[in-house]
Amino acid sequence: MSEEGEKTESGKLATEGLQPEFQVSLLDLALTFNHISLASFGGGLSAWSREVIVVEKKWMSEEEFLSALTMCRILPGANQVNLAVFVGNKMRGVPGGLAAIFGLTLVPVLIVLALGYGYFTYHHLPALQNILRGAAAAAVALTLSMAIKTGGKCLKGSVPLLLFAAIFILNGLLRWHLLPCLAILAPLSLLWGWPREKKS
Amino acid sequence: MNVRTLIHLLTLFSALSLLSIGGGNTVIPEMHLKAVKDYGWMSDSQFADIFAISQAAPGPSILIVTLVGYKAGLEAGWGQLSGVIGAILATLAMMIPAGILVYLVARVWENAKDSAFRHAIEKGFAPLTVGLVLASGYVMSRTADHDWRAYLLTAVCTGIFVTTKTNPLVVVAIAGVLGYMNLV
Repeated sequence: MSEEGEKTESGKLATEGLQPEFQVSLLDLALTFNHISLASFGGGLSAWSREVIVVEKKWMSEEEFLSALTMCRILPGANQVNLAVFVGNKMRGVPGGLAAIFGLTLVPVLIVLALGYGYFTYHHLPALQNILRGAAAAAVALTLSMAIKTGGKCLKGSVPLLLFAAIFILNGLLRWHLLPCLAILAPLSLLWGWPREKKS
Repeated sequence: MNVRTLIHLLTLFSALSLLSIGGGNTVIPEMHLKAVKDYGWMSDSQFADIFAISQAAPGPSILIVTLVGYKAGLEAGWGQLSGVIGAILATLAMMIPAGILVYLVARVWENAKDSAFRHAIEKGFAPLTVGLVLASGYVMSRTADHDWRAYLLTAVCTGIFVTTKTNPLVVVAIAGVLGYMNLV
């Protein structure tokens, strides 16, 4: 029962500067991000975020999510914390952002602290390392499958395929830092993505 | 608790928060330099170990700062209590400055719903993001998968995720059990 005020009224939105598309409770936001972060043991947090936010909850469209993810990568800060702020803020303004961060980090901080306590007191955690080794292999798979699934939707045509291949080669194979990769490729993608009226 | 340690934690991590362009892992070398060499909070190998713990534990991998703060607090006196205080301070200092920046950008973004610029970013950045996700999957597989069994497990799981609607948590948990039994 979501009421869509999506595109029409733009311009100044008085109070928070934001208009939630539909009301999500702060508790729901916190629990959702808590679920995302706990599910991500072994890694693959971006893939989990997409799985929950786009596929399950439908809070964002595929494209909106992907562009938010890249913006959160460009901005300083941990990508996932940034994404939580971004999504929380989109849904519920400042309290939403805080609820999302809180949900994302509270339990993991407690877990990491417990592990740190164990580590600095007993100096090793062998069983845990074995479990995590297996989980990490599956978490990588989740990330790869996210690339395959979103790629199937976004990479239609030769220009997007070229952009995709170029940044994969530069960032993944040649291990360039993110900034030089984007300095070269972001202007090209914007040029391609710019809405055009009638030129062909 | 030693107040200078508190101040060092706050200044170090709020600075790193704003310097971590491209994600938390980009400032790991700087964090290592400060925590091990400059402040002497821990040894080289301890830093490497808490890095591994924070990478594999659930939640954002940047929670390595929680453990750096914890160890710095332990070193500062008062035992576990100052450790926990250090952990909380470091975690907040790492998240808040960057979080405020994201908030400001998100506001502008939300107000620019119909701008050509936003449309261009949403359409144009999608292929780049897919490429970056694939790149991080590739890089992660090089560090997570140590032998052919792990690569095989990753390949099988990828197939499951792409072709079925199995709950990923089930798959990750099974993989964790395989790891526990030393099969991977």
